[in-house]
Amino acid sequence: MDSSTLIATLQEAIPGAQFEAAPSVDLQATIYVSRDAVPDVLRTLRDREDLAFTFLAELTAADFWPREPRFELIYILVSIAHRRRVRLKVRLHGNDAHVATASDMWPAANWLEREVWDLFGIAFDGHPDPRRLLMPEDWDGFPLRKDYPVQILKTPQSAEPLQVTEAEFRASVAKDRLTRGA
Amino acid sequence: MGLETEIPVLTTTVEKMIQWARRSSIWPVTFGLACCAIEMMAMSCSRYDIARFGAEVFRGSPRQSDLMIVAGRLSRKMAPALRRIYDQMPEPKWVISMGACASIGGVFDNYALVQGVDQIVPVDVFVPGCPPRPESLIYGIVQLQRKIAQQKLA
Repeated sequence: MDSSTLIATLQEAIPGAQFEAAPSVDLQATIYVSRDAVPDVLRTLRDREDLAFTFLAELTAADFWPREPRFELIYILVSIAHRRRVRLKVRLHGNDAHVATASDMWPAANWLEREVWDLFGIAFDGHPDPRRLLMPEDWDGFPLRKDYPVQILKTPQSAEPLQVTEAEFRASVAKDRLTRGA
Repeated sequence: MGLETEIPVLTTTVEKMIQWARRSSIWPVTFGLACCAIEMMAMSCSRYDIARFGAEVFRGSPRQSDLMIVAGRLSRKMAPALRRIYDQMPEPKWVISMGACASIGGVFDNYALVQGVDQIVPVDVFVPGCPPRPESLIYGIVQLQRKIAQQKLA
């Protein structure tokens, strides 16, 4: 399946959406999708029998600063039934970087989206747990953005605050005693 | 010592005895952060055999250890965990900073890594290299043994 057949199939299923073939060196079907069409496109690709892209292999992003729209969000989907792969790209502006979450369709998207939020600052609307994944939770800025000062120096923390309250800790100990039957 | 006697007795001081005991059985904590840990494992295995220097018993619990070999780059997020492991080790305890990354940040001059673990824990011996050869680390441990041999009790 090449880009043009894929676009034709998707255009037929979702009439209002904008698609565009993207250049690709590896002959893998690659298309640009507009942001508003993302949930419909993903759902169509996953649920239609003749497409059946049931596996979200990768969800990542790239920053092309200072070009605008600076971000490209990249979904790589795999159809295990038809032995096919497809690459979807979504262009996002720096001052308006948000897109609908895919974690309700693929649970695997949960952490991938948290990673993209952590490192690029692209927000995912409707994400069930929108915390940072790799960086400390109180970190400022998004390190994989091209305009991020990579060599900043900060004093490292040698201690972290307690992650449970005293009441939670006591409740947890009591629960542990109960389950051991003591 | 030096008496012409048949009785098998050695005399020494309590201080020297304790220094000898401490330096002859250094128990490192099993704690590797990156590729330096591979060299650390090579050092503990048969080819380099750190058992010759009495430091082969890598313990799985910090509470049984008295040496921490910081083997690899330390990320900022790992720093509190490293400090907690260090705090859980009983006194007396020593730290070897192994390799360029642990000592000064190495090639990773960026936001994510601690630029020298001496900002987190007190370091006794710095071992240079990227990664250091097992021989270098053994030399570091021998240097640490010499340091322990000079530590006063009081």
